[in-house]
Amino acid sequence: MAVYHLKTPISEEEIRKLKVNDTIYITGTIVTARDQAHRRALEYFKQGKPLPINLEGLAVFHCGPVVSKEGEKWVAVAAGPTTSTRMDIFEDEFIKNFKVRVVIGKGGMGKRTTDAMAKYGAVYGAFTGGAAILAAKAIKNVRGVEWLDLGTPEALWIFEVEDFGPLTVAIDSHGNNLFTDVAKAVEENRKKIYEKLGLQL
Amino acid sequence: MDIAKVVEDVAFNLLKQAVIYLPEDVKKALEKAYAEETSETGKTQLKAILDNIELAEKYKAPVCQDTGTIIFYAQAGAEVRNLDKVEEALVKATRRATKEIPLRPNAVDPFTQKNSGDNTGRFIPYINWEIVPGDSLELTVMTKGGGSENVCVTGMLVPGEGINGLKKFVIESVIKAGAQPCPPTILGVAMGGGADIAMKLAKKALLRPLDQPNPNPEIAKLEKELYEAANMTGIGPMGLGGKTTVLGVHVEYAFRHPASFPAAVAFNCWAARRATARIHADGSVEYLTHKGLV
Repeated sequence: MAVYHLKTPISEEEIRKLKVNDTIYITGTIVTARDQAHRRALEYFKQGKPLPINLEGLAVFHCGPVVSKEGEKWVAVAAGPTTSTRMDIFEDEFIKNFKVRVVIGKGGMGKRTTDAMAKYGAVYGAFTGGAAILAAKAIKNVRGVEWLDLGTPEALWIFEVEDFGPLTVAIDSHGNNLFTDVAKAVEENRKKIYEKLGLQL
Repeated sequence: MDIAKVVEDVAFNLLKQAVIYLPEDVKKALEKAYAEETSETGKTQLKAILDNIELAEKYKAPVCQDTGTIIFYAQAGAEVRNLDKVEEALVKATRRATKEIPLRPNAVDPFTQKNSGDNTGRFIPYINWEIVPGDSLELTVMTKGGGSENVCVTGMLVPGEGINGLKKFVIESVIKAGAQPCPPTILGVAMGGGADIAMKLAKKALLRPLDQPNPNPEIAKLEKELYEAANMTGIGPMGLGGKTTVLGVHVEYAFRHPASFPAAVAFNCWAARRATARIHADGSVEYLTHKGLV
């Protein structure tokens, strides 16, 4: 279980070194995207329209931040992760088309995303759910915001971050998925629990 | 005293205390979990939680970006006058807290999908009333996170299975919830009453401090048994594996119909936010959970 400090843009080679249970911290640029932004980005790609920002080598963050505007400047007040499973239907295409290297969220993602991460070289970094201030304090600058018409939680927020983390590598680029591993272990443990409580399966 | 004014100020302060400062018993339980966790990944998650709690206190910012659904519990002394003014005062306090702290606006009309923008709307904030002897008013606020709310369950169990049916129901609910409710969680478990009564009791059980087992020793034993069983699942902090899945299990019960065994499991995320104060007849206020943090 190694600790890595990565700087964006992150190369495929760097990503391939990471294994599940490693801890990573990111310095550079991360971009938020939830359901609506994923959908629009994929529509843009289909139409051959460029995205407002080139995502190659960057991290996409499943997050609807609490932001406030101080004068002309946006500030991230609280920015914890949202549940990633909702983005499972978009993420494989998203990774393939835009070459993001890290997907940040909570709760994990499914087989489709895991397969895409193995094929194109990306990892899923689990950020502690609810740790909103820890996240906000690593955001040193809000570089910009795009697609604000989707509403503040759904817009593309471009954050400049310093040592953003800790992120636990929960899906690596070799087909390993920590959430699947935990689910298997839980299945095994269920038997022991039933035994201990004197219950029948 | 001007009850409307006092209640509004007290409720505003309670909201502020609750969203910024986790109760001492929750912090202690998280610290203990961090010390005892054997999974390195689990330890990393618990450390991030503890760091986040410290930063929230330092910057006086809400501990989580999901400031939850706002629920009040009002224990009104039978001699308190003008109680009809309390509801409006709680709504006003909620609006003020949303703007000034700030809180994320979390009240959405389920029909139009429109967010009211100020955490108020039909039945929200929700107020649970209880009438007790005396002349003081005790107010508790719970700001209940959405992720943990999404896995709360009610079940109508088979009476013939008795308490074993309940144990099974609780364990299966914890396994099914997995990483979703932001573990380590606190479980409120209730049996009996009816479908609505069980959930109401389960949710209220979340208010009980973690260091207070049920006063009935048999029920306290069941709490301990369920606590140990839930932590054997291996779900761990944030569902990434480890031995800390729950920080505590609180069980409550009501008598049941012979043909029914209603049960409910209410989950609260690690950010288990609550605050309580008592308003005395002379208008003086005693903050019970967050002394010196107004």
